[in-house]
Amino acid sequence: MHDMSHATEHHAHTPPQGFIRNYVFSLDHKVIGKQYYGLGLVAVITGMVLSWIMRIHLVWPNFAIPGLGLLSKAGAPGGIVTPEYYLQLMTMHGTLMVFFVLTNVPFAGFGNYFLPIQIGAEDMAFPRFNMMSFWTTFVAFLVLIAAFFVGDGPPLAGWTSYAPLSAVGGAAGPGEATGQTLWAISIAIFCIGQLLGSLNFISTTLDLRTKGMTLWRMPLSTWSWFITSCIGLTAFAVLLPACILLILDRTAGTSFFIPSGLVINDKLQPHSGGSTLLWQHLFWFFGHPEVYIAIVPAMGIVSHILINSMRRPMLSHRVIIYSLLAIGFLSYMVYGHHMFVSGMNPFSSLAFSFPTLLITIPSTVLVLIWIGSLYGSKLRITTASLFALGFISMFVSGGVSGFFLAQPSLDIYLHATYFVVGHFHMVMGVAAIFGMFAGTYFWFPKMFGRMMNETLGRVHFWLTFVGTYCIFMPFHYLGLAANVRRYSAFVDDYLQPLLGVHKFITIAALFTGAVQLIFLYNLIHSRFRGALAPANPWEATSLEWTMPSPPPFDNFGGRHPVVYHDPYQYGIEGATNDYVMQDSPEEIKSVRDER
Amino acid sequence: MSHANVSIATPQPVGVMESSPFSIPSKKLVMWLFIVSDAVTFTAVLFAYGYLRNATPNWPHPFRFSPSIINVMVMTFILVTSSFTMLLGVRAAKEGNKSKAILWTFVTVAAGLVFALLHIREWMGLIGEGVRLFQNPWGSGLFGASFFSVTGLHLLHVIGGVAVLTVVALGYKRGRYNSDDLEIWGLYWHFVDLVWMFVVPFVYLLNITRAS
Repeated sequence: MHDMSHATEHHAHTPPQGFIRNYVFSLDHKVIGKQYYGLGLVAVITGMVLSWIMRIHLVWPNFAIPGLGLLSKAGAPGGIVTPEYYLQLMTMHGTLMVFFVLTNVPFAGFGNYFLPIQIGAEDMAFPRFNMMSFWTTFVAFLVLIAAFFVGDGPPLAGWTSYAPLSAVGGAAGPGEATGQTLWAISIAIFCIGQLLGSLNFISTTLDLRTKGMTLWRMPLSTWSWFITSCIGLTAFAVLLPACILLILDRTAGTSFFIPSGLVINDKLQPHSGGSTLLWQHLFWFFGHPEVYIAIVPAMGIVSHILINSMRRPMLSHRVIIYSLLAIGFLSYMVYGHHMFVSGMNPFSSLAFSFPTLLITIPSTVLVLIWIGSLYGSKLRITTASLFALGFISMFVSGGVSGFFLAQPSLDIYLHATYFVVGHFHMVMGVAAIFGMFAGTYFWFPKMFGRMMNETLGRVHFWLTFVGTYCIFMPFHYLGLAANVRRYSAFVDDYLQPLLGVHKFITIAALFTGAVQLIFLYNLIHSRFRGALAPANPWEATSLEWTMPSPPPFDNFGGRHPVVYHDPYQYGIEGATNDYVMQDSPEEIKSVRDER
Repeated sequence: MSHANVSIATPQPVGVMESSPFSIPSKKLVMWLFIVSDAVTFTAVLFAYGYLRNATPNWPHPFRFSPSIINVMVMTFILVTSSFTMLLGVRAAKEGNKSKAILWTFVTVAAGLVFALLHIREWMGLIGEGVRLFQNPWGSGLFGASFFSVTGLHLLHVIGGVAVLTVVALGYKRGRYNSDDLEIWGLYWHFVDLVWMFVVPFVYLLNITRAS
């Protein structure tokens, strides 16, 4: 531990030499942030292609997908997906998206890059932990992807890996032998990486704030990363032992999650006494906070960007922080709402339904503050602010269906239908992705020193916005029509009339996915050919905009910034500009109360 | 709580006026955070054990007062004592008495080793009686699974602690680590001790052979 602090000191003065130290095993939080972002990009493209294959198979079951037959001879003979392989693709889609995209990019990616800068620090508190946290995550990614290439392919138990399917081994189906073990190992490694990251984020936020940077003066994005790391510290600490117990069940013959008398393929399983519900309890105690690990950073990023575009602070800085804290706290109380139809005591359902409805209060408060602050503001329309608005739209649209699902009586009908799929894709999936897009368009100039193309950005936004609504809104309708999720083919009579809706969704998904090529082109083209970015292109106030773009190696070039103001001093009368930066000693004449 | 308002009117770096309530060294903070996280991990494992135990009718009660509980009491005494010797070591280090600090730390390490050896001996005894991860001669096979998981997780922490304390003590001797490092790993050691205080009643005392 001692050499770590030494490394920090060393780090502050001279950048490391050589490619490996600079870009691969870098201790620099900015490089590590970009590494997380890059890993997320690879994961999101993989995950999206998997969803394309699933959507195509659902509506054109006999269409041979080129190349798929080579990836899995048994799972997709001749490129035609078998029902089992459909579930395997779905499992990998969910796992990649939830763990390696929604957790990695908004939290670990942007958080790593901007949290130290926004609080005026040279780096994270433990740069070596930081590097380890990325590389453990990377190993977890490789182990997960390896499941495509072993035995009979990836697991089919879904990203939730419900026992006993996930626990009994090869007898349960293709991918349940080696693939599922790799899944459990991958997620256990992923937990370790996230725990290391959370330790680092919390200690950095509490200990490395520069002079004058009180907790209340931290930007909302920093607050959201801080709260997320507090959630992660305890949530991943439960998933880790759960995965270890699952691995023991699979490899050492224990029966934590396997009940007595389980018969699979006419064969009595040699396990007894375990409880399948126990896995669900442990998994969802992690799983629900995980939803907020995905969405809370996006909330912070979006607030940070909207304030900049509105040129005035939110109606209340503090109420936003209190709401985020309340969401973080309540996120542990609600996990049972995933288990209403699991056979859990109905009284427990009631007990979990209440906090679930309670957590909508801080969420609603946030939305009201965003909309109330937007009301009457002269919004500067940029791609970043458009995606921030898109985030609010997605969060509200997806959140409304949450009210339905929070009621056990309604959930019994809607559970395991496409209604749920539509709900979580909008409220945590697409909403968090919109937060990532907003963050990318907003911070790209700082990260790479070049501006992104605004016209392409707006085209990207509108097509994506319309496209995602076309994909996920009809899901709600399908769910109300009792279309069960996780079916690989709609052979039942009552599902036939819904095939048209499915075709529409598939076409919208292919279209929206293709639209992302515009974003990729913009990202790569701007990286090398974009207009050079000034230090503060958005006329923003927080500390990341006080340094050149891209920032120098030790962020502040050896100087220690001193913070004099709250983070969002916009629309200041009598100031030199309409804004006053956090580190500007300029006196502000008009006293604005903390509203 | 209103310093933000005040400072807007008359801009001043707040850090000058007040010291942060969190101004403990990062390394110590991170150890506390690790302890929080690790406590949650142990809670999850103990929850799983309790959940399964409650749901299992034929849960075995194999621990007799002699030798099992006596052995556990000896182990507990050793571990608690090692926490005390750790305390003496850290105090000596804070007073600058290097040789005394190293001595007490190595006494702690030795106690940890004895604890681990007694624990492994107990494991071997149970394995000799036929206890496996999936079966045992007395009742539900979950007993072995949860017993070995809970105590194994704790034992890993003890062995890890013994290794780290050895490295830190040697490094402290050579001047590579200071008394703060010793104190921080002392915190870890006390935490491992505290966890044992939960393991003993839940895993051992609840499973004492009943007189009937």
